[in-house]
Amino acid sequence: MRQASAHDPEKLQTFRIAIMRQEKGPTMSVNRAQRVDLEVVAGLIPPQSRVLDVGSGDGLLLELLQETKQVDGRGLELSQRGVNECVARGLSVIQGDADTDLEFYPDKGFDFVVLSQTLQATRNPKLVLDELLRIGNRAIVSFPNFGHWRVRLSLFVQGRMPVNDDLPYSWYDTPNIHFCTIRDFVNLCDELGATVEKATALDGNGQKIGLSMPWWFWNFFGQQAVFLLKR
Amino acid sequence: MAALRARKTNNEADQPSSPVLRFGADKPLKLDAGTLLSPFQIAYQTYGTLNDAHSNAILVCHALTGDQHVASTNPVTGKPGWWEVLIGPGRIIDTNRFFVICCNVIGGCLGSTGPASINPATGKPYGLDLPVITIRDMVRAQLMLIDHFGIEKLFCVLGGSMGGMQVLQWASSYPERVFSALPIATGARHSSQNIAFHEVGRQAVMADPDWHGGKYFEHGKRPEKGLAVARMAAHITYLSEVALHRKFGRNLQDREALTFGFDADFQIESYLRHQGMTFVDRFDANSYLYMTRSMDYFDLAADHGGRLADAFAGTKTRFCLVSFTSDWLFPTEESRSVVHALNAAGASVSFVEIETDRGHDAFLLDEPELFAAINGFIASAARARGLSL
Repeated sequence: MRQASAHDPEKLQTFRIAIMRQEKGPTMSVNRAQRVDLEVVAGLIPPQSRVLDVGSGDGLLLELLQETKQVDGRGLELSQRGVNECVARGLSVIQGDADTDLEFYPDKGFDFVVLSQTLQATRNPKLVLDELLRIGNRAIVSFPNFGHWRVRLSLFVQGRMPVNDDLPYSWYDTPNIHFCTIRDFVNLCDELGATVEKATALDGNGQKIGLSMPWWFWNFFGQQAVFLLKR
Repeated sequence: MAALRARKTNNEADQPSSPVLRFGADKPLKLDAGTLLSPFQIAYQTYGTLNDAHSNAILVCHALTGDQHVASTNPVTGKPGWWEVLIGPGRIIDTNRFFVICCNVIGGCLGSTGPASINPATGKPYGLDLPVITIRDMVRAQLMLIDHFGIEKLFCVLGGSMGGMQVLQWASSYPERVFSALPIATGARHSSQNIAFHEVGRQAVMADPDWHGGKYFEHGKRPEKGLAVARMAAHITYLSEVALHRKFGRNLQDREALTFGFDADFQIESYLRHQGMTFVDRFDANSYLYMTRSMDYFDLAADHGGRLADAFAGTKTRFCLVSFTSDWLFPTEESRSVVHALNAAGASVSFVEIETDRGHDAFLLDEPELFAAINGFIASAARARGLSL
């Protein structure tokens, strides 16, 4: 994290355990045990914000934000099962597709629009990111870094697409159709005229990589990345 | 027996067993048809207790042929209330906790002013002299009832089908009076196909010689055959092909083989005839015309320059919409277009589509996923409203 965040460490620890306890569900495009990025995302959002979580899954982030930050939170989720579970738990979630349904939201209708671990599963990541920047005063995007050394190693040594705890799918059945590296993402942000306000890279253990490290280091050792963007 | 019940229906229309709120000449009901209805009355039922802050009131809006007996025995049929699976002491909508109000809509036939009510100007039933009633008229009358109870803001307004239309109308017309809204299996307008089915039903009623241009009471008759056919046709639209086939298939009714005649050879025929016959015992034919018409006329976007989002501009109401996969009367797309409009209006909205083969009528049935959604939505709204659990 390039800036200190004011979140409640005790709540977040409980939350981390909650994440670890969740089984891998059909709604997530990456392994849920690795969702430590949600802690980082939550740390970026001040209390009482209006938040739209695109790809809200089973509502873990929304629930955390409502409990610890009293946000006005809404969710958009592709899986009907995930949506029904969220609504049954009192979350404000609708079924919809990030690729097609963001157009119905008004400009700057939210303080933050979150897209966590979903960008790589969209058909048109550029358009989706553009919509996030339109709908939210700020966008928070987290994604698995395809530039990570293990990914590179898998391709370089084995000549195979990587399959690991973080990316558990084979190439033929993965929902992740648009992987990118941290550097690719930074370039896309430039193209869309978005400013990176904060960025965080997490290593394989979910630990933040030092702030002083250069981009190439992040791109090599960061397994996941979280970006706070503004346009 | 049928004649006895018919008389009972007629009595319930004018002298209902429910409490009645009467509005005299000083408080007319303004109708969309451009006239005033006066005097008029609203028959209603309440369950539970209104708290001191008047913040725990839930208004339930009934569907086309529903009534105010949502959670207590129906005086005409002797059957349990139509939503007792959902509403009552200890139920999802707990009457130990909430004050639940349900009233017969204007144009209905169970005690609120409708075509079977006596027109004070003539001393005879209104018949077709009653102006056409719209969903907005019904809601306007409900508002007068809510005012009577001194309720500034309803905690929740909910209902399915035509009841869901009223919920949407409430949220649009009186957003500051509705804390949360739960429209189920409904849409912001009646589709062409739905109008078509209603027209078939109305034509069946009007083709019955006993209808007498709507003045059947004066002839001591009732267009029972026509109304039964209308109900049979409509009933098909409340189910799904899959559920019908699962339940009845091509099974024969009390016989070994086809009779090469026009008796009810098939179970489905017998079932529909039964549905038609029991319906005429409890419902007034002219009221059926008025109820169907009110749904046909409903088009919330048209009232706002064709832009549905404008019907909800600036709303603070919390919404939860529910649709059912096998509902072909109000398919999921109808709910989704409301959701998109609410998104555009920046509203707080949840939306669940429930997988079931039970068709439109699923909203009245024991559907665990429906109850889970309602429970979650009500609980979170209650927290937001500061209602203790």
